Amino acid sequence: MTILFPVFLLGLLGCVFGIMLSVASKKLYVFSDHSIQKIIDVLPQVDCGVCGYQSCAAFAKAIVEGKRDATGCIPGGAKTAHAIGDILGISVTPAEPEMAVVKCKGGKKESTLRCLYDGIPDCHAAILAGNGPKTCVDGCLGLGSCVRACPFDAIHISDNEVAVVDPEACTGCGACVAVCPRSIIDLIPVVHKIFLACSNHDRGARVKKYCTVGCTACTLCVKATPSGAITMASNLPVLDYAAQENFVVAAYSCPSDCFTDLVKFRPKVNIDAKCNGCTLCVSACPTNAISGEKGHRHVVNKDKCIGCGLCLDKCPVHAIAMWGGLGYTEGGKSNRLRITA
Amino acid sequence: MNIHALLQLVASSMLINNIVFTLLIGFCPLCGAYRRLSGAAWMGVAVTIVMGTTASCCWVINQYVLVPRSAQYLHTLVFILVIVSLVQLLEMVLEKFFPWLYEAIGVYLPVIATNCSVLAICLLSVGANPVTGRPFTFVEALVNGIASGAGFLLALVLISGVRHRLELSNVPAAMRGLPIIFLSAGLISLAFLGFTGLSFAPMFGG
Repeated sequence: MTILFPVFLLGLLGCVFGIMLSVASKKLYVFSDHSIQKIIDVLPQVDCGVCGYQSCAAFAKAIVEGKRDATGCIPGGAKTAHAIGDILGISVTPAEPEMAVVKCKGGKKESTLRCLYDGIPDCHAAILAGNGPKTCVDGCLGLGSCVRACPFDAIHISDNEVAVVDPEACTGCGACVAVCPRSIIDLIPVVHKIFLACSNHDRGARVKKYCTVGCTACTLCVKATPSGAITMASNLPVLDYAAQENFVVAAYSCPSDCFTDLVKFRPKVNIDAKCNGCTLCVSACPTNAISGEKGHRHVVNKDKCIGCGLCLDKCPVHAIAMWGGLGYTEGGKSNRLRITA
Repeated sequence: MNIHALLQLVASSMLINNIVFTLLIGFCPLCGAYRRLSGAAWMGVAVTIVMGTTASCCWVINQYVLVPRSAQYLHTLVFILVIVSLVQLLEMVLEKFFPWLYEAIGVYLPVIATNCSVLAICLLSVGANPVTGRPFTFVEALVNGIASGAGFLLALVLISGVRHRLELSNVPAAMRGLPIIFLSAGLISLAFLGFTGLSFAPMFGG
């Protein structure tokens, strides 16, 4: 009997509590919208807090209650926005996807230091201690405040000691933009792969002394962009991404190599047999990559061509096309070759 | 039962015998993710509520179910059952009647259901009162539960402050993360030894 007593007692207690809980769950039932759970399921579930709510669950609740737009989840992007729209039965127009870029590439190789910093490895702390060790007051300190802020592990400090964003992993949430004490991280539309990787407002002659990739405000990029999409503001060009401009010529015209082009290989121009030798493209080419005499088919020097596409519009017989891909495969061979072989 | 003994019990459970720093129970939430002060404070509030209710309920179950059948050896098993069921019930009650409180502490409740410190307080409240030396009465068990929860809240808030400072300090690589938290907790624990002997007796002419 002594063995049976605990069995009986625990069984009885279990039954009592079980009945109590099941009665309570009926009596204390709280109506909750099932679409909240459905929305939680399609959200990224990283609780990054970019939407302004502590968790994805709180954000889902806010959407259902109508406090927030269905497009509010930036890391989720267009896919999540459409999924939420499907659940709620509304049409959504997601915002253009953006990604973060670090507007500085002057690492230890390119820029000079004015002192050695041996304190807390954090950008904010370094700024407090005499505005950081770099001579450039707008340069990336490379101490990784943004790396720790990134919920997606998309920023790393390169061997050159500047922060670099991984375009594949970045969702454009803007957590790093908010945390950078020098405000040199910016969001650009994902389709634009070119940005100005310098934030220095100093005069050109001074910049040259402490950074080899610093913007000297020479305005060559402004001149290379006749559409007016680049304007100068306090010794620094400002790129207007809303303008229909690809900035390729501007990037390649920079004498200090301040621009960063995230595209590994831009497509090259090719001129086919339709060419009647009008030489319009020759004069349009900013890098003199096209050569040829009047009346003869022109040829493109593929090493010189930067893929800006300026000659495409000029050709009256549509003999010019862009060849090649924007990326490259790891193996060095295309998939198509592998299948046929 | 006088106010003096109760006050002394509160000081005892909260500071002198602080569940985290003196009894060294319930370290897991400290090492967990409560880096923000608000998170730590709400977690502490949740623990206080749960400890207060479970300690009193366990006292009742012990007094009227286990003791008459001299089945105190079933303490641990029965109390686990009681705690888990009560936390479930508490979750429902909060969601129904105090939605604002549920929003703040709802996420912590399932974590607390399996927290060792809650079970420890239940087991302690069927033992002897450290102040009077006699077994706990119902009111004393309730006060003990709430005060221990408040001590837990204090510990969480202290550690979250320490963690906040640690984030900006140059901790040696080998000590980063858990080791430095343990060390800091140990140092605070040493400081808590200073509460030993804290007495309200002089205030009441004792």
